[in-house]
Amino acid sequence: MTLADVLATTGPAPASEVAVELTPILDESAKREIRRAVLTAIAVPGYQVPFGSREMPVARGWGSGGLQISLAVVGDDDVVKVYDQGEDGGVNAANLRRLIRRSEGVKTTTDAREASVIQTRHRVPEDELIADQILVLQVPVPEPLRGIERDMNELRRMHAEADYARMWVSLYEDIVRNGVITRTTGYPCLVDGRYVIATTPIPRWDVPPLHQAKFLSLFGAGREKRIYAIPPYTDVEPLTFDDVPFEVEEVSEPCRCGLICPGDEQGAYLVELPAQDGTSQWVCSDTDWCTRHRVANGVLGSEALDDADELW
Amino acid sequence: MLRVEGLGKIYGPGGPADVEGTGPEFGRSVSPSTGAVVGCWDVGFEVAAGEALGVIGESGSGKSTVMRCIAGDQTATTGSAHIRTVDGGEADVMGFDPSRRRSLRVDELAVVYQDPSEGLDLHVSAGGNVADRLTAAGWRNFGDIRRRAAELLARTEVPLDRMDDPVSTFSGGMRQRVQLAKALANQPSVLLLDEPTTGLDASVAAGVLDLIRDLLQETGVAAVVVSHDFAVIEMLTRRSLVMHHSRVVEAGLTDQLLEDPQHPYSQRLVGAARG
Repeated sequence: MTLADVLATTGPAPASEVAVELTPILDESAKREIRRAVLTAIAVPGYQVPFGSREMPVARGWGSGGLQISLAVVGDDDVVKVYDQGEDGGVNAANLRRLIRRSEGVKTTTDAREASVIQTRHRVPEDELIADQILVLQVPVPEPLRGIERDMNELRRMHAEADYARMWVSLYEDIVRNGVITRTTGYPCLVDGRYVIATTPIPRWDVPPLHQAKFLSLFGAGREKRIYAIPPYTDVEPLTFDDVPFEVEEVSEPCRCGLICPGDEQGAYLVELPAQDGTSQWVCSDTDWCTRHRVANGVLGSEALDDADELW
Repeated sequence: MLRVEGLGKIYGPGGPADVEGTGPEFGRSVSPSTGAVVGCWDVGFEVAAGEALGVIGESGSGKSTVMRCIAGDQTATTGSAHIRTVDGGEADVMGFDPSRRRSLRVDELAVVYQDPSEGLDLHVSAGGNVADRLTAAGWRNFGDIRRRAAELLARTEVPLDRMDDPVSTFSGGMRQRVQLAKALANQPSVLLLDEPTTGLDASVAAGVLDLIRDLLQETGVAAVVVSHDFAVIEMLTRRSLVMHHSRVVEAGLTDQLLEDPQHPYSQRLVGAARG
């Protein structure tokens, strides 16, 4: 492969859907291994399945786990959306989207309603996902007990025996010291009444949609080489004491799309969206949803939707 | 309440054959033929509810091994232990799988170690350490956990204004008091105390001993007190075993044992302690 070839495969995406030669990242046996791990993860909800995390064209910690799952589970008919911190146009999201398209020849989109596989960092879409959709989360630290115990063998034992007393102690200590449970992202949740998982990287705001969700959530940690899953219609209970109710982040402002987000009368959990000129704006999850609603409200003209398409 | 029979522990891959040639009559606990170390052998006793049994002997005599085998920190080579409140005393708790042994430690069988860092998480507050036992037993109400932890710590005379400080900031005597509070959190039926006051200075040790004696009377727990210190054994127990070279060489009433020891080793031990 010459330098020109490399540049040709990593340069900007073609404007039209002309047939491009695919440059697969994973071979079929690697994908099969990952799919097996995914199947095990679905069969044992919340259990962290080890897998042979491959070297990816992105650094570990930049979504390599989510990327490997996406590459392994997509088929020819799938439509993939990738977004990062609620933003469809982020550099990392755009690059991952392009990588998946170049590798697998699948269609990509920014519209969560059209996507069959949604890879995300930090957020769950505000669009209500339906059955058959797969949410792939890029996980930095899959182990909910990491801050509590360092010994891997002891961690395995704790999970195996559902011995989560020390997790409860850490919540107790948190309340004693701070008056509230201060965990934000990675809030520990009990899945299907059995395994405690870290719902990293999403904020508390996005935890309730995972409970009895219609869609499948797959968590991939490339650096830590773990995959875990929340199958559809599975209980996801945030760990909290009987007399200390679980609370999501307090938000007071609605998003600039002007909509009160589903299930909440207060406002929306916003993420920061950097703009070209160095300033930033705060938007809900995700920018495509936000744009759609601003167009519907007449805040933006319909040409804004075409701009969103260019993010492909 | 607690019945232990034929308890034996051999370190290394050996079996009962390693026992030959060891014991007080040979003056050694290392097998001359295989080199295996016999930690303890043929130890048996019963403890009733509300009673405390002393295990005394020099260091290396196997008394801590006995305790650790019962507690489940080590796996015994042979022997059985029954607790009346577990399956009506039918089940041999030493035969339980590791997971069940650990759950036993939550509510039936509590241990206080000589080294507080074995029984406590020093980075966690005193209240949190007690909460550990309570949450393990299924407590899920923060207010209840806090009230119960405060009650226990008050009982073991830990100042409540220090309840939320990490145990690592506590003195040795206070750490032992927190250990006691944690051990008694779920009202265990058996309490094992391994050198509970060794390493504390005399006045602090006396305070902790007073507390232990009161707690034993109050709770009616069946206790096994392991110590090399006659003062501790005399204060806390009515009956005692003397261990030497991994065997029990004498058993009897503590008073009698101290006043009129029969076995030559017991005589030496008492003689040394009484000067």
